[in-house]
Amino acid sequence: MTSEMEKLYTLLVYSENIAGILNQVTAVFTRRQVNIESLNVSASSTPGVHKYTITCYCTEEMVKMLKAQIEKRIDVLQARYYTDDEIFLQETSLLKISAPAVMENPEVCRIVRHHGARIVEVNPTYAAIEKTGTTEDILSLYEALNSLGVVRQFARSGRICITRGTREQLDDYLAEREKEKHG
Amino acid sequence: MLALQAEGVKTIFGYPGGTIMPVYDALYDYTRGDNKVFNHILVRHEQGATHAAEGFARVSGEVGVAIVTSGPGATNTLTGVADAMIDSTPIVVIAGQVPVSALGTDAFQEVDLVGLAQPISKWSYQIRRAEDIAGAVSRAFYIARSGRPGPVVLDFTKNAQTERVDFKAEKVDFVRSYVPYPKLDAASVRAAADLINSAQRPLALVGQGVELGGAQDELMAFLEKADIPAGRTMLGLSALPSTHPLNVGMLGMHGNYAVNLKEQECDVLIAIGMRFSDRVTGSIKTYAKQAKVIHLDIDRSEINKNVKADVAVVADCKESLPALTALVNKADHSAWRESFKPLDEKERIKVIEPAIHPTEGPLLMGEVVNAVAEATQGDAVLVTDVGQNQLFATRYFRYPKRRSLCTSGGLGTMGYGMPAAIGATFGAPDRTVCCFMGDGGFQMCIEELGTIMEQQAPVKMILMNNNYLGNVRQWQDMFWQRRKSFTRMMNPCYELIAKGYGIPYDIVTDRIDLPAAVARMLATKGPYLLECAIREDDDVLPMTPPGKSIDEMQLDIKNDK
Repeated sequence: MTSEMEKLYTLLVYSENIAGILNQVTAVFTRRQVNIESLNVSASSTPGVHKYTITCYCTEEMVKMLKAQIEKRIDVLQARYYTDDEIFLQETSLLKISAPAVMENPEVCRIVRHHGARIVEVNPTYAAIEKTGTTEDILSLYEALNSLGVVRQFARSGRICITRGTREQLDDYLAEREKEKHG
Repeated sequence: MLALQAEGVKTIFGYPGGTIMPVYDALYDYTRGDNKVFNHILVRHEQGATHAAEGFARVSGEVGVAIVTSGPGATNTLTGVADAMIDSTPIVVIAGQVPVSALGTDAFQEVDLVGLAQPISKWSYQIRRAEDIAGAVSRAFYIARSGRPGPVVLDFTKNAQTERVDFKAEKVDFVRSYVPYPKLDAASVRAAADLINSAQRPLALVGQGVELGGAQDELMAFLEKADIPAGRTMLGLSALPSTHPLNVGMLGMHGNYAVNLKEQECDVLIAIGMRFSDRVTGSIKTYAKQAKVIHLDIDRSEINKNVKADVAVVADCKESLPALTALVNKADHSAWRESFKPLDEKERIKVIEPAIHPTEGPLLMGEVVNAVAEATQGDAVLVTDVGQNQLFATRYFRYPKRRSLCTSGGLGTMGYGMPAAIGATFGAPDRTVCCFMGDGGFQMCIEELGTIMEQQAPVKMILMNNNYLGNVRQWQDMFWQRRKSFTRMMNPCYELIAKGYGIPYDIVTDRIDLPAAVARMLATKGPYLLECAIREDDDVLPMTPPGKSIDEMQLDIKNDK
């Protein structure tokens, strides 16, 4: 059965801005023994609405259930799931590299340039490098630099994404609800 | 108080304590004299308050209300909240909480109730300011009663209880993130009707959703037009009168034999307001694989959760059933319906008759239930605890009237029976309330005898005492090589206990005395405890062993030993 295949899914969840919703959303995963790979929570473009971007490996059957159970929570406006071909996605990362190593080894600068990363700060002790891209881009940079033994710290953000669809589903939902409220 | 009044609340089950004292002080004025608005029933344990609220809600169709204090008062309600969640029972629990200034300091009787309640409640919310009370209370009731009902927990900080504001009633009937009544999709109704019209062997599975949606008449009209036999889940037992000719019995592990086997034979399965619990389906891998499945439910998340639906109709069944009835053809499935009869007869001879009309040996649970059912024909509300008492009672009671059953289905909460029965007497004051309990469950909320005494709540308690935790004992005998690990229980003298509470008591040990004892119980006004000395190894049959396919249902257990 194809639905039994585990894939990386990205869930976009929109909720009212009320304390405690993150707990409710993550509890849906925990209870079904699905690990969250990455999680990003921030205000959305709609005032008063929070946006959660969650990635996890699971079957399509499971991700459908996760969506339904998350949407069932009273203060959640909408939950949708996507595969990577349906979204524009980015992660960001920061690397701290010892400054003397950068000076002594031209390979470091070459790798940074080659990966399209940006040096955001240099001082006598370290250089801070920022790289935005897919998980693979980021890990490729990290591994290249790490093989030179120059990485002091490494941090990766959760994924954020926008959908490729032409319609904004949340806006449609909110408009519909607004109509029902007055209708 | 005004917010509760605005929601039409009249009955409150509660227990006072430190952080809820301002509310209780206000209750003083609202529960007596000319200003009396509420009937407050003082329970003996907060768990009892929630179960009583559940019993009240189940029989009345209104929202049950429990008011308790913070900390242990609040944690004691959690069993009832979880029970109400899994059984879709509308209750609102209002718990005190320490003042906002003390939150997070491990203050006396502080507990993170909202955090604890979130996964087991439909909604939980902390009221931190007095001006939020009106909106939050109205929202709580709206969420509890609308759509698929469920429990709502309000965590009421003490400062919000004492701050003074001008009360302005707010009526919440819209929450933009919450769609309680999904719009009926005409195409899916059409698809469902087409499947039904092509069916040779259709079978309907009726759940509590029908009762919650008040769609009992709509259900009958649908079944009668398309001539579809219908099994009921345990919680759906009174959604279709047991006297209805299309009723083919109870589904599930200990349900009726024919309908369980026929679920594996039907060509179209129409599930109405039920959730395909594992107690209904048995092994999900082999469940009704031959059938096309139509699932009618108000809760979208139930679709494809356990059993894949070929057609899903997501809407209130009060709306979807008439739409479906309009499109289905008048049909005659009498040959299919007749095919249930030999199996029914087999069950009747092998299981039912020996259970309800035994001629020798000690009393059996089935005959006790049957005696009470016969004596109360019609009007009584059945309340059960959990275990063998529940399985026998639900099997052998009769349900000609709607909203006639309180039982803990999903959570299986022992101790539910007695407090739920108290709630039922307040929810349906004109009806007889019969509560069947085992000696285990009776003692799990035994403190509520105090509430029964104080309120003179007319609960007819039937204690079926077999000196065992009988259901576990049955499983030990069947599946654990008869190793009876801690299921035998030493019992107190229940006569003395009843005497202590001033509750009339009688005991039956000989079946010849049973009808008269039941008649005396029913003729006695107020509460009554009837103890029945039950055979120790009475087993509930038929049974589908756990994890087995429902067509492996057994009428006896000998071949398994």
